[in-house]
Amino acid sequence: MPVITYRDALGAAIREEMQRDDRVFLMGEEVAVYQGAYKVSKGFLQEFGEMRVVDTPITELGFAGVGVGAAMVGLRPVIEFMTWNFALLALDQVVNAAAKMLYMSGGQYKMPIVFRGPNGAALQLSAQHSQAWESWLAHIPGLKVIAPGTPYDAKGLLKSAIRDDNPVCVLEGEMLYNTKGEVPDEEYLIPLGKAELKREGEHCSIITHGKMVLVALQAADQLAKEGINIDVVDLRTIRPMDVEAIGESVKKTNRAVVLEEGWEMCGVGAQVVDYIQRDCFDYLDAPVVRVHQADTPMPYAKGLEKAAKPDLPKAIAAVRKVMYLD
Amino acid sequence: MTATRTEKKRKSDSAAATQQGDPTLNLELLRSMLLQRRFEERCAEAYALGKIGGFCHLYIGQEAVSTGALSMLRPDDYVITTYRDHGPALARGMTPRAVMAELFGRQDGCARGKGGSMHMFDTNTNFLGGHGIVGGHVPIATGVGFAIKYRGGDQVIVCFMGESVVNTGAFHEALNMAGLWKLPCVFIIENNRYGMGTALERASAIHDIYERGAAYNMPRNQCDGQDVFAVRQAVGEAVERARKEQIPTLLEVRTYRFMGHSMSDAVSGTYRPKSELEEYMKRDPITLLRTHMQEAGQLTDEQLQKLDEELKAIVQDSWDFAESSPELPVEALYEDVYADTTT
Ligand SMILES: Cc1ncc(C[n+]2csc(CCOP(=O)(O)OP(=O)(O)O)c2C)c(N)n1
Ligand SMILES: [Mg+2]
Repeated sequence: MPVITYRDALGAAIREEMQRDDRVFLMGEEVAVYQGAYKVSKGFLQEFGEMRVVDTPITELGFAGVGVGAAMVGLRPVIEFMTWNFALLALDQVVNAAAKMLYMSGGQYKMPIVFRGPNGAALQLSAQHSQAWESWLAHIPGLKVIAPGTPYDAKGLLKSAIRDDNPVCVLEGEMLYNTKGEVPDEEYLIPLGKAELKREGEHCSIITHGKMVLVALQAADQLAKEGINIDVVDLRTIRPMDVEAIGESVKKTNRAVVLEEGWEMCGVGAQVVDYIQRDCFDYLDAPVVRVHQADTPMPYAKGLEKAAKPDLPKAIAAVRKVMYLD
Repeated sequence: MTATRTEKKRKSDSAAATQQGDPTLNLELLRSMLLQRRFEERCAEAYALGKIGGFCHLYIGQEAVSTGALSMLRPDDYVITTYRDHGPALARGMTPRAVMAELFGRQDGCARGKGGSMHMFDTNTNFLGGHGIVGGHVPIATGVGFAIKYRGGDQVIVCFMGESVVNTGAFHEALNMAGLWKLPCVFIIENNRYGMGTALERASAIHDIYERGAAYNMPRNQCDGQDVFAVRQAVGEAVERARKEQIPTLLEVRTYRFMGHSMSDAVSGTYRPKSELEEYMKRDPITLLRTHMQEAGQLTDEQLQKLDEELKAIVQDSWDFAESSPELPVEALYEDVYADTTT
């Protein structure tokens, strides 16, 4: 099977959907002439022309709204945010318009739109450029939220997102764009709302998503050497969340670590823990442990940044804690 | 195309009105405006009785804007507006029944009772909503203009907004893109002088707000919003330019709201004296048109009375219909959150 980057997997997903359906277009800052701030849309302008690959001014609120308007009357926009940090300026359109249009129109106006871009921290980009927004977005009924962790999932989920008749927020990762993985040439789709068991083990579950999937898999590899076998549940979709997959895993392992990039307070992990206490209360052998970013803005200094971010040692320590090994 | 000084501004006067001689058309315009008026008078009553809840912003005093503007559109064009949307919805041809049932929060409302006063939507008439976030719908209008151009169509979108909208970032971002990309959008500012209790002069650095179109390289114009013919003329030019040349326009229509900001607000008070209101009410858009028609011998007292009675009956019918329309079952709560379809 061909091995490609996460970046190219995303690009292939959009390209295939644009070839399949001429209502699909890509809009955002630097997507056309510059070939994408992160080169996801390399070659798109040449292939599809400037009506379908649209460079915008720096006007997040504005072009998110343009996408909403276009979606209302039948197009299928893919709106690229250079990063989700900047999408904060567009949240009115995402939350107040896209997420509610179907509901407040009594089912008349569907909103087939994708909002996508890199989410979370890269390296030393400091406070304003290093934030993970999934809990904000997942809070909103009417939105779907996906956070693929591998090239295979990125392609299959993004294609489904583009075909979905609801607004879908796609949280990518700057640090993931260069990661590689097997992606078949044949077309495939991954349904939204389905988690995947990325690793099977009986001692403890790690429930995670997005960039942290790779960390969880590394933790599983290391712990396996000590004879500790981890169930790695990759949520893939944050909303709607695959509650069954969480329950199935935790009922089997009786222990859970919830690992995410974002902050602790009202984080995605808080929701996962709630599902666990509801469905698996009698199965738990230990309190669930959460791993997340430190409760501070992201610092620039290397040492502090490392201290702030969730990482492999922290994930492993959490597993050991939940297993009462320390 | 660059806007020239001359086409920017055309002050209309009542002379524009007297040129309008087509009695059939005039009767249609009068009918549309009077329907909105009679309808909303009953809305106020229903609100007092608790049959309508929440925020309810009446359009009374501004009817020449909706009727004048929307009378220049084709059925396949698009319309989008703010929460002050009952008038535009009726002027666009949505049925009084569907609008009243929506206000009553009933199943047969245009949005199944999910939207209410501020969120009228109708796919049949391409009415893309009443929107509740000041400025939020303007980028959406630009997006509809983008979609029209993308498909190579010759439709236009008319986007109504209050004058307070010009101070939002969304307005600037939306008009910049519409001007930059030459989209078939007609942006109509209904300048009723106040945003709630804040006079335009206390909110905008410039007071001839159509001039803001200059920043977007957009043809711009100003007209009298109490004179339905002046509105028709100005909107007609803008629609033609949008349809034929894909050039957007910013049009400032000077009007006045005769009621409080919403049903829960005082009609006058600290922000505007009663005397000012009374002065403006002398230029009631319906009275102006009616007088013009009567003076031109196009309307007898008898005809007027008959029309009024007919419209009152239509509004009563919408009330009865709304009242007998079922309440939504609780299961409906969870419907319409997500579409269960894909392409
Ligand atoms: C972003 C936002 N801020 C504040 C409000 C509350 N609000 C609703 S209407 C309004 C005044 C708007 O005035 P204008 O645009 O002139 O329209 P008008 O009500 O006169 O038709 C305000 C402040 C809101 N709905 N949205
Ligand atoms: Mg106003």
